[in-house]
Amino acid sequence: MANDYIIDIQHLSKSFGGVKVLDDINFYIRRGEFITLLGPSGCGKTTLLRQIAGFIAPDEGRILLEGKDISGIPPYQRPLNTVFQRYALFPHLDVYDNIAFGLKLQKVPPKEIEKRVKKMLKMVSMTDYEDRSVDSLSGGQQQRVAIARALVNYPKVLLLDEPLAALDLKMRKDMQLELKEIHRKMGITFIYVTHDQEEALTLSDTIVVMNEGKIQQIGTPIDIYNEPVNCFVADFIGESNILKGRMIRDRRVAFLKHEFDCVDEGFGEDVPVDVVVRPEDIYFTTDPAKCQFKAKVNSCIFKGVHYEMWVDTDTGYELMIQDYDPYPVGSEVMLYIDPDDIQVMHKERTRNVYEGTMVDQTHVDMMGGVFECLPQEGIGAGDKVQAVIRFEDVDLLDHQEDGVVAGEVHFLIYKGDHYHLTVRTEDDYRIWVDTNDIWDKGDLVGVNIAPEAIKLTRCND
Amino acid sequence: MIKRSYWSLPYLIFMVVFVVLPLVLIVLYAFQDGSGHFTLSNIARFFTDSDSLQTFALSIEVAIENTLICILLGYPAAWILANRKLNRSAVTVMLFIMPMWINALMRTLATAELFNMFGITLGKGTLLFGMVYDYIPFMIYPIYNILMKMDNSYAEAAEDLGATPWKVFWKITVPLSMPGVMSGVLMVFMPTVSTFAISEFLTNNKIKLFGTIIQENINSSMWNYGAALAFIMLLIIGITSLFNDNKDSQAEGGLI
Repeated sequence: MANDYIIDIQHLSKSFGGVKVLDDINFYIRRGEFITLLGPSGCGKTTLLRQIAGFIAPDEGRILLEGKDISGIPPYQRPLNTVFQRYALFPHLDVYDNIAFGLKLQKVPPKEIEKRVKKMLKMVSMTDYEDRSVDSLSGGQQQRVAIARALVNYPKVLLLDEPLAALDLKMRKDMQLELKEIHRKMGITFIYVTHDQEEALTLSDTIVVMNEGKIQQIGTPIDIYNEPVNCFVADFIGESNILKGRMIRDRRVAFLKHEFDCVDEGFGEDVPVDVVVRPEDIYFTTDPAKCQFKAKVNSCIFKGVHYEMWVDTDTGYELMIQDYDPYPVGSEVMLYIDPDDIQVMHKERTRNVYEGTMVDQTHVDMMGGVFECLPQEGIGAGDKVQAVIRFEDVDLLDHQEDGVVAGEVHFLIYKGDHYHLTVRTEDDYRIWVDTNDIWDKGDLVGVNIAPEAIKLTRCND
Repeated sequence: MIKRSYWSLPYLIFMVVFVVLPLVLIVLYAFQDGSGHFTLSNIARFFTDSDSLQTFALSIEVAIENTLICILLGYPAAWILANRKLNRSAVTVMLFIMPMWINALMRTLATAELFNMFGITLGKGTLLFGMVYDYIPFMIYPIYNILMKMDNSYAEAAEDLGATPWKVFWKITVPLSMPGVMSGVLMVFMPTVSTFAISEFLTNNKIKLFGTIIQENINSSMWNYGAALAFIMLLIIGITSLFNDNKDSQAEGGLI
């Protein structure tokens, strides 16, 4: 038995002006599924959707629809329909003619068109609006017409490009429920693009988390929330405490300078890892026997359903905790975490590694700059070297011109007692930095590295 | 402290002296006889004089023909200029728009010289050629403007719903660019009705247009009849501009 994948995406890549927007994307979509492409702006999710719709041709790879390659087929011949971000309702046509547009092109008999348009209007609760001009509709109503216009053609797949982004919060919540209901009624495969993680969790059967043109994780909302595979996913989906840890052995992990039982296996012994604990998974207790570590409440804010508290642990870490009961600021509390709620993740890297060339005995050319280094036995001018720099040894400076290379803070995660930053240099190198200083995403920084912090080895080729 | 509304005073004076006053004078002269008494005879003379009526009909005919040719030639030109795949450079647009900056009289004289040089007989054909040449930038520019500003997502949505590029053009691009076309029509049709220099130079005065007879009357000091004709023309222009008055088409069409 072959698969029941309605869409199969194989090795899809796309660059715009030398920048790789999509990098070797592979995944499949099951028939009837509600799948969401989720990621921050610029992650490539919209480009991917537009390639499926046919507006952008892939550089490499192919898109199979029911087993047939549709990469070379123009949009108007693809049995897919799109709901556009800004609706793109035709301003010169009324609601009825907007919805009937696709059917008229297919030369469906007028009687049949009328039947189907009316049915769709009913489905999106817009009966009696057929003669209205689209300009006279509210954002939510325009959205409904856009959905009806796409669905009336009974597409094999419905593509939705951030369809709720322009609506206000209350309206968005209502439309989310309606979309889910429409999906259930129609049984059509939905591919949904959003940067709103909550929306993705609410709506989807499957979520594809993307960042920088790559798929980070594919899974059900529950999988993605409970078992993020890396810091990016953990940070992007929901609130989380992300902490540096060390796997002691199977089912035993150290973080916050304490040891905890956990359920993860197969990481090896004494291996550096990242640990995610959701704020709602840290529990207060009054039983000293259950207490795993102590902390002092630093702040407590009412958030509606729960209280959000920041606590300082006895070992000097800051943690976010969500609980239904408030604890007074300044109070000493006892805390514990269930082994099930500790999510251990492989570290993507533990240090910076770069290739470079020696300029002379004490200077190495790497990352588009010349860094001073300590003289090394047997390494001289012109030698190719590998440089290793620990995260905490990279200095970030306020002014770009003060650094050996200039960069921009691209991504950052708070890890309880320090920040972990990704800095992108002007020559598009990535430098990972651990620092206690507070930086914001988008800050322009100079990058410096002390000579003694650069560990050089000669490359053997 | 001067009240802010006083700032508009110079403009107000300008408007009164150069716009309102002449209009009032035209109306006054149109309804007066040579000695200054009120009369409708000037208007009546136009409607009873078959020569005037024929000239008027011919003017409208030529204006319609000119406008149609300008649309037929100008729309594709504007479309090509606005299409980023076909035209990547702003210089091409400049080349199309540039004639607008050169005095129409100069261009007309040059065109007439060209016809003479090639020994082409002046007549209605050369008249239309000259008019199209003079006015087509005024058609291209508003259409180009509206096509440039048009949100590409409409075309994409249509294509997504199954429209071939040809269908997208006829069902989406053309209807949505109509305000630009209307703007262009106004810019071309109205001036053509009142033109006289082009017909004078490009037909050697063989063909007289409505503008020509107004000019002839004024030149031969028949101010009252000339004013009456001018008044009739103003009415026509007013009526044409009504067609364009719906919605905020000017805002979208640019230029005017």
